[in-house]
Amino acid sequence: MNQTGPSLKRYAITRLALVVPMVFILLTLVFLLMRVAPGNPVSAALGGHAPPAVIKAISHQLGYDKPVYVQYAHYLGQIIRGNFGTTISDRRSVGSIILVNGAATLELTFFALIVAIVVGVLVGLVSGRFRDSPIDAGGRLFGIVVYATPVFFLGMLAQLVFGIWLNWLPTSDQASPITEALLQTHTNIFFIDAIIDGNWTALKDIVEHLILPATTLGIVYGGVFIRLIRINVIRTLKEDYIEAARARGINERSVVYRHAFRNALVPVITVVGLSIALLLGGAILTETTFNWPGIGHELYVYLQNRDYAAVQGIVVVFALVVVAASIVIDFATAFIDPRVRY
Amino acid sequence: MAATAIERLHRRSLGIRRALGPIAEARGMARGMLWTGAGITLVFVLLAIFAPVLSPYGFDQYQAGGRRFAQLAHPGHGHILGTTVQSTDVLSRIVWGTQTELEVVGLALAFGLVIGVPLGLIAGYFGGLFDRAAVLFMDAMFAFPPLLLAIVIAFLLGSSVSSGVLVAALAITITYVPQYFRVVRNHVISVREEPYVEAARALGAKPFTILRKYVFFNVVQNVPVIATLNAADAVLTLTALGFLGYGVQPTQGAEWGYDVSRAVSDAASGIWWTGLFPGLAIVLLVTGLTLVGEGLNETINPVLRKRSIRRVDFAAPSLEPSTEILEP
Repeated sequence: MNQTGPSLKRYAITRLALVVPMVFILLTLVFLLMRVAPGNPVSAALGGHAPPAVIKAISHQLGYDKPVYVQYAHYLGQIIRGNFGTTISDRRSVGSIILVNGAATLELTFFALIVAIVVGVLVGLVSGRFRDSPIDAGGRLFGIVVYATPVFFLGMLAQLVFGIWLNWLPTSDQASPITEALLQTHTNIFFIDAIIDGNWTALKDIVEHLILPATTLGIVYGGVFIRLIRINVIRTLKEDYIEAARARGINERSVVYRHAFRNALVPVITVVGLSIALLLGGAILTETTFNWPGIGHELYVYLQNRDYAAVQGIVVVFALVVVAASIVIDFATAFIDPRVRY
Repeated sequence: MAATAIERLHRRSLGIRRALGPIAEARGMARGMLWTGAGITLVFVLLAIFAPVLSPYGFDQYQAGGRRFAQLAHPGHGHILGTTVQSTDVLSRIVWGTQTELEVVGLALAFGLVIGVPLGLIAGYFGGLFDRAAVLFMDAMFAFPPLLLAIVIAFLLGSSVSSGVLVAALAITITYVPQYFRVVRNHVISVREEPYVEAARALGAKPFTILRKYVFFNVVQNVPVIATLNAADAVLTLTALGFLGYGVQPTQGAEWGYDVSRAVSDAASGIWWTGLFPGLAIVLLVTGLTLVGEGLNETINPVLRKRSIRRVDFAAPSLEPSTEILEP
């Protein structure tokens, strides 16, 4: 198909070379966005009531009184060194927010992704296999309704049903206060920390807290997979090699399971990569709904406090994560798919 | 003079008919989806238009005839869907909310199309430095989670633009422009080399004439699909903004996402009606719009398309008889 296509090495170099200007534009965009906001960022973050002398002193300390181009150069220089800035309202470094709250987000999104893949792949495969049957109609309707459901609404319903009415699971926070107080910090990821210590009561508590948010986000996010996998199965079943497999007398089951499904699943990797942005967006809402102390929740709090420096740092991190994920995914697909490799 | 105007009108109606063609051609499940979706969407449009007549109370009305409504009243007498903590009528908030949602989504779509489509046409057709710069810029925009971008824009505009509807619409627009741009640009690039475009160029047609007469209508066919799917997405983004407290402010109008955000704390005490009904409204409207988009996609996208074909007696049998509906 692609006889004259570029080699993997050349592909990798071009791909990486293209990232540099993109990241640069991205960083500039965030910087400009944060500068067009009216008002002094220091004054805004301190609630607008701080005395002028204090504002002046802090502005000077943080470099907000320098010309914009100096600030810009400083900002780029700091980011290259891995320093994403310090919040104005509570003087935390964005790096520590990423370490501590990022771990909570990672825990949530990882388990949500598993739920999403299980739900999405199952429904998508079955729907595509039995195209236009009642099963397909049901699967598609499920996919559409799930996509149409805001994650915060599903979260609220889950809290109502499983938290309040049935009283099975906790409806907010990452762990009970006692677990949080007693758990030793190794990785900041509660789930892993509990396993490292072999603290099974803590693990049970952590898993209980994780179930509702992760399932909520996972189900909603699974809608993306249902659509794409269904279409992929349909597309794959039309391919010549499927026809060829049938013509060779291979039974239909084997054609579908061994030839069609496997190939239909390759693009899942791409979809995971492409939709990392979507997952992170969903995490902001899920974390706010379930009071989950992740980066999205922190972003929400800092936005409320009008802390521009914190917002700038977190937004940059979010965007860089998405860029990094897309590069990893592109390489993975180039590696797996022989049509790209040659 | 008049003749040319009529002629132009006729030509335009041909274009519209060509764009609407797939709806008439839709078959099977696609047809069902298209019509169900259109029906649901129509109901909401009517609800929005006739909100002043249909809604029992104002969106922020908490009293009538000098008597304050009960707080958190159960659905039933007087208030079919109950009341909220602020004593407002849940049903009225949903009906007025329809207006807010459709206004914002309509504006966002219009802005997005007006900015994204021409940019895509120009970048795709002329290529060169502008194209490269535009692609790079749009790709950079793509790296932001759309919701994050919308939140930040709404946050920044919130203090300087007073109309919440406009703030929300602009925030949503910015997240969708890259999509329109990408689809249109990529399509233009493939159409640009078609023989009929080359023929027009050879005849000495000006670039903008070519774009308007030959490229535009061939490219624009994909836009309804993206536009309807984006409309569904836009409702979700708007409600997410409302949920987080950005965009349309509570004093300016009813917004379903905001209502659900208030209801999360109600849910902790087992109160379900303040959140369930606005939430269902969101699900229903987004489902309706998605069904339209998916139905359109299925009828326009050649990979998924099933259309009625006239039976032609060829000696050789068709390779894929099972994938097409034969109509005598």
